[in-house]
Amino acid sequence: MSEANASATRITPGNALRPEDIALLDTKPADAVAQYALWLGDDALILAQRLGWWISRAPELEEDVALANIALDQIGHARSFLTYAGRAWDRTEDDLAYFRREPEFRSVHLVEQPNGDFARTIARQFVVALYQWELYSRLVHSSDPTLAAIAAKAVKEVDYHRDHSIQWVLRLGQGTEESRRRMVAGLSLTWPYVEELFADHPLVDELGDAGVRPSSLREPFDAAVQAVLAEAELEVPQVPGSVGGGRLGRHSEHLGYILAELQVLAREYPGASW
Amino acid sequence: MTGGSTTGDDGATAPSSGPQEPRAAWPLWEVFVRSSRGLSHVHAGSLHAPDAEMAVRNARDLYTRRNEGVSLWVVPATAIITSDPYAKDQFFESPQGKDYRHATYYTKSEGVKHL
Repeated sequence: MSEANASATRITPGNALRPEDIALLDTKPADAVAQYALWLGDDALILAQRLGWWISRAPELEEDVALANIALDQIGHARSFLTYAGRAWDRTEDDLAYFRREPEFRSVHLVEQPNGDFARTIARQFVVALYQWELYSRLVHSSDPTLAAIAAKAVKEVDYHRDHSIQWVLRLGQGTEESRRRMVAGLSLTWPYVEELFADHPLVDELGDAGVRPSSLREPFDAAVQAVLAEAELEVPQVPGSVGGGRLGRHSEHLGYILAELQVLAREYPGASW
Repeated sequence: MTGGSTTGDDGATAPSSGPQEPRAAWPLWEVFVRSSRGLSHVHAGSLHAPDAEMAVRNARDLYTRRNEGVSLWVVPATAIITSDPYAKDQFFESPQGKDYRHATYYTKSEGVKHL
């Protein structure tokens, strides 16, 4: 009975895997799998922190709620991935989120890029959501059952993020002259960070069937992007890729500021709960 | 970085050119949620959205996030014809003293069975 009562307070309906369940797993992930979980968890965590800035600042209350919901979904994914990664090194999700230094983060440069105006945030969301959808919809077939379960839960939520960003790309692209100008600017500021998403690092070879080869996602990603931008009568920006290096812990100047805000409370008052 | 905000809008802010024009608000939509199969849609509240497609999405965010619904309707608020609140007295006059509106007011005819 106590189990039934406990489940009533679960935020996640149904039997979806929760971070609390992952923390209690008997199995520990192999080091490569844990490193890979760190990649995906850090992407989600940093993106969520960026999106959270919009709360109380979005153009309309309804959009405020939409962006906050997307941020919360990403925090959920980050919690699962980081909890699982931490199992390999006996560290909790909080240890990993709050007590790692900047070079220990494995997120891509894309997610740390500034929010800019609404169109720039939508451009970043558009790229992230399409990429994550292609990734998670394949990761559900991972030979690692925990990664597969996290992906199965995440892919449904990311499907909505994808839809949300596509709707806005279409509307801003075909809206007013001003909205179109901003959408074009947002896409061209975002595009240098696309290439890094699809780079194969040596870690990928160690993963085998547990992970998804980033380069294999490029073609379906490009096709999906092309379809939306064509409908919005926008063009894929032709800009050189940035240097990247996020997966190796080399970040742009933005991540330090993000971490300062994200980590200050936990570091100032270790063990605090709120 | 501006204004001490570390993770915020330090990028593509629009050049402000003169006083800002007041922005037209998005139109209002009324939201109806059907909580489970077999029940009817019930008015849940209202929201703003630029068009019908976005209204359905916003409704999903605002009114069904915690598993409340299986179906959503959104209706432009302007499409709803309401009764006149000032004509309330005439419109919703008390049925008191109008027993003839109820079937029990009438005497059953003799010989009619199963009534």
